[in-house]
Amino acid sequence: MTMVAKDGVTTPKLIIDGLSKRYGDVTALEPTQLNVPTGEFLTLLGPSGSGKTTLLQMICGLVEPSSGRILVDGRDQTQTPVYRRDIGLVFQHYALFPHLTVAENIEFPLRMRALPAAELKQRVKDALAMVQLDHLAARFPRELSGGQQQRVALARSFVYQPSIILMDEPLGALDKKLREHMQIEIKQLHRETGATIIYVTHDQEEALALSDRICLMNHARIEQLGTPHEIYAKPATAFAADFIGISNIFRGQVDTSSGGEIRLSTRHGSFRLPSGATSVGKEAAIVVRPEQITLGSDKGNTVMGRVMDTVYAGSETRLIVDLDEGETLIVRLPPGHPVPAFGERAALGWNPDAAVLVP
Amino acid sequence: MNTKGIAGMTATTASALSPRQRYFRPNALWLAAPGLAFLAVFFLFPVLRLLALSVQNPASGAFSLESYARIANTDVYLQVLGITFKIAGNTAIFSILLGYPLAYWLAGLRDGLRERMVLLVMVPFWTSYLVKTFAWMVVLGRTGVINNMLTGSGLASQPFPLVYNEFGVMVGMVHAMIPLAVLTMMPIMIGIDRRLIQAAQALGAAPAQSFWLVYFKLSLPGVTAGGLLVFISSLGFFIVPALLGGRRETMLAQLIITQVQELLNWAFAGALAAMMLVAALVTCWLYDRLFGLSSLSGGETSAQNGGSGRLRLIGLAILRVIAKASAMLADVVRKVIGTRGAQLLLPIYCALALAFLVLPTLLVIPIGFTSSQFLEFPPPGYSMQWFETYFSSPVWLSATLRSFGVAAATALCATLIGGLAALALARSSTRWGGVIFATFLAPLIVPRIIIAVGLFYLFAQIGLVATDMGLVIGHTVLALPFAFVTITAILKNYDWRLDQAAAVLGANRVKTLFLVTVPLVKGGLVAAFLFAFITSFDELTIAIFVSGGIKTTLPKQMWDDMILQLNPTLAAVSVVVFVIVTVLLLLAERFRRTA
Ligand SMILES: Nc1ncnc2c1ncn2[C@@H]1O[C@H](COP(=O)(O)OP(=O)(O)O)[C@@H](O)[C@H]1O
Ligand SMILES: [Mg+2]
Repeated sequence: MTMVAKDGVTTPKLIIDGLSKRYGDVTALEPTQLNVPTGEFLTLLGPSGSGKTTLLQMICGLVEPSSGRILVDGRDQTQTPVYRRDIGLVFQHYALFPHLTVAENIEFPLRMRALPAAELKQRVKDALAMVQLDHLAARFPRELSGGQQQRVALARSFVYQPSIILMDEPLGALDKKLREHMQIEIKQLHRETGATIIYVTHDQEEALALSDRICLMNHARIEQLGTPHEIYAKPATAFAADFIGISNIFRGQVDTSSGGEIRLSTRHGSFRLPSGATSVGKEAAIVVRPEQITLGSDKGNTVMGRVMDTVYAGSETRLIVDLDEGETLIVRLPPGHPVPAFGERAALGWNPDAAVLVP
Repeated sequence: MNTKGIAGMTATTASALSPRQRYFRPNALWLAAPGLAFLAVFFLFPVLRLLALSVQNPASGAFSLESYARIANTDVYLQVLGITFKIAGNTAIFSILLGYPLAYWLAGLRDGLRERMVLLVMVPFWTSYLVKTFAWMVVLGRTGVINNMLTGSGLASQPFPLVYNEFGVMVGMVHAMIPLAVLTMMPIMIGIDRRLIQAAQALGAAPAQSFWLVYFKLSLPGVTAGGLLVFISSLGFFIVPALLGGRRETMLAQLIITQVQELLNWAFAGALAAMMLVAALVTCWLYDRLFGLSSLSGGETSAQNGGSGRLRLIGLAILRVIAKASAMLADVVRKVIGTRGAQLLLPIYCALALAFLVLPTLLVIPIGFTSSQFLEFPPPGYSMQWFETYFSSPVWLSATLRSFGVAAATALCATLIGGLAALALARSSTRWGGVIFATFLAPLIVPRIIIAVGLFYLFAQIGLVATDMGLVIGHTVLALPFAFVTITAILKNYDWRLDQAAAVLGANRVKTLFLVTVPLVKGGLVAAFLFAFITSFDELTIAIFVSGGIKTTLPKQMWDDMILQLNPTLAAVSVVVFVIVTVLLLLAERFRRTA
């Protein structure tokens, strides 16, 4: 899973080499390999307990790895104590110092680095301006709203210009609207500072909106690594397909039909596979995204069902269809497409090459 | 010696009153009435009258500042006043200094382990002052454990003077007060968000820096609260200076006892008591100005940020210097003894501190079983003779029985009155909640000696001196705060919707109380009963004045013996008292936790 950095030659900013963590019998992270190029916005996405926080805390040095190495700019940092690493960290609950004002919170890392007073002042001022909190500099954290506290935490992690910034579900405690607004601000900060950001979330929409690449995690290991589009279009596993976006998944057995063609036998029938598929005899599944399914039986693979619900969502309409053999199918109709009535029977089809075969 | 267990208090904040009531019950507040009336008559009135007595001419009753003039003009009294402040101040400083690392270590343990380790502080905390002081007399005396070891091993040619001087007093006082300091600081430390330390380190602060700049700063309310409580408690001490100190360590409470018991000079005793009370109140007032009283109960105040701007900035600057210096020191230490070695320093210190708290008392146990006529350690042989002496002595037996009876009655009264008051505050929303809460805690803050002298004066007039009734009343005043706080804490976690459910199902209020509420908070009630029982069982101050000449209580009998002559029977009695109190305490803790 080696990645070539954007310009193709330089060493990655961060190399994670065989890193793992065990707590007694619990494996928090299996040995993991991961390279992050300079300036990338990488998101660790996965359900709760999948090891995201553990990985993040090992990168910044708050948790000691059970095995493996961490290299920053090619230098081994595994044994470097947390306070000597050039890494910024934003906690989910902000972790602002309650006894310090906003300005003092932001200047804390600068003081630790013994910056000259004049430069310190200027940097704090710039950071405050960047997150539009100039007018609140003398307030204490508890006198701020959740969104404002989050901005202070951001400013505090950017102000000393660490080359890597880690964020552990930084927007988890905010409501949806504020979250979307803060996503834009974080993107902007990323552009302006050029820092390498590793961002943790369990919210797939957030991951899709922010990331250069997504590192999908499950059961203490990396499930799939790729750009949002790669993971959406080519999920490597049924879990990946299920976790990101809406998927219709048909499980079955790969076998050879009478015509010599490789097909997937499922309880809903036998389906043609994307061209190039092999692995006869194995359990497998095909993933079909809602927008790839159309009404009618002219696309190669067809299932029958009864329309149980239609959900109008502005730009599109979703059909919920109960298949004859049980299970539900979700279909996305483009705007203006005629919508079948409730209870109507319908044939639904898709182009075999639009689906993805996953193990 | 009045504040056993404010520690428990810090967990129960004044904001604990912030009610859960979903609907208004106008008359719930009346449940606090019996307690308030009781405290008004047997606590507020006697204390205030004592203050009034201090400004009266004993003969004519007219306003007069004679007593105060006498204090101001007599060197001895001024000296005693100075010594009292000095000893109390030093005790506070040392208890905080020595207790802070222990509290820090305990706060950092995972919950289950901490609950067990805290018992090692709770047991010495509740162990009778008499037993603890007796242990130190045995350890530090001229022929005591330490001197025997030193001379026996040839390390010293003659015994060191370890008691009947300031050293002995300070050892006894600090030993007695470290538990209070630890138990006050620990809840505040537990409340500190450990992620803030991680954040500080991720931002570039070395461990020593993150400690001073974040953890220590945030633990300061606990430090000041602990210091305040230890100081005020120490002001009223007399057992330790009387038994471990010499003439030059005489403290104010001892003077008051002499004035009342031997000279019957009420006005002057009142004036001395007033000085002590004023000292306590001024300390509280100063504390409030500087830190805000609500931080005593763990509440947040604006003053916690350091109040006014400039002072706060100076404080932060000082902390930064200390932080920098200790970070450098830590680097040196790590170089010398290695990182692993440095990590062991705290556990090693805490093991020593806990040994200091627990071991002296445990030493008394083998001595109780000695076959010798003297208080030797180790005993030359073992026998039950001193327990036989104890259990065949009518004086000791009747004192013991009386203590049990009084303690049981006290515990019943305190649990009932305190329980009703706790219920009242939990079930009513009133802006007087804070005042009522403070009233029930007040007997903890006012030095016991003042309450005792005030009650003695009152009882002398209404014929309650030397009666069991008088003792029970006095002890109930002292035990009430413990019962009240324990039950308040339990009710805080009680789900009042269960009561509503019972009401909907047709139970009236009394039935609901006895069929639903009481069974569910039973554990808390039992714990409250046991804490009140222990408080009375080893109470000495009130007993000295009120118990009367011939019939005594167990602590009073111990005190009389300890003043006259140390003997192995005292060791046997100490073992019995220690075992009873420890067993009851462990039971109480269990009930409190399972409630
Ligand atoms: N200090 C710890 N002690 C024991 N187990 C832990 C500890 N920290 C994390 N774990 C376990 O490691 C696994 C991964 O946790 P975490 O990295 O926090 O997941 P995530 O951040 O993805 O929700 C979980 O099963 C968790 O219970
Ligand atoms: Mg997490």
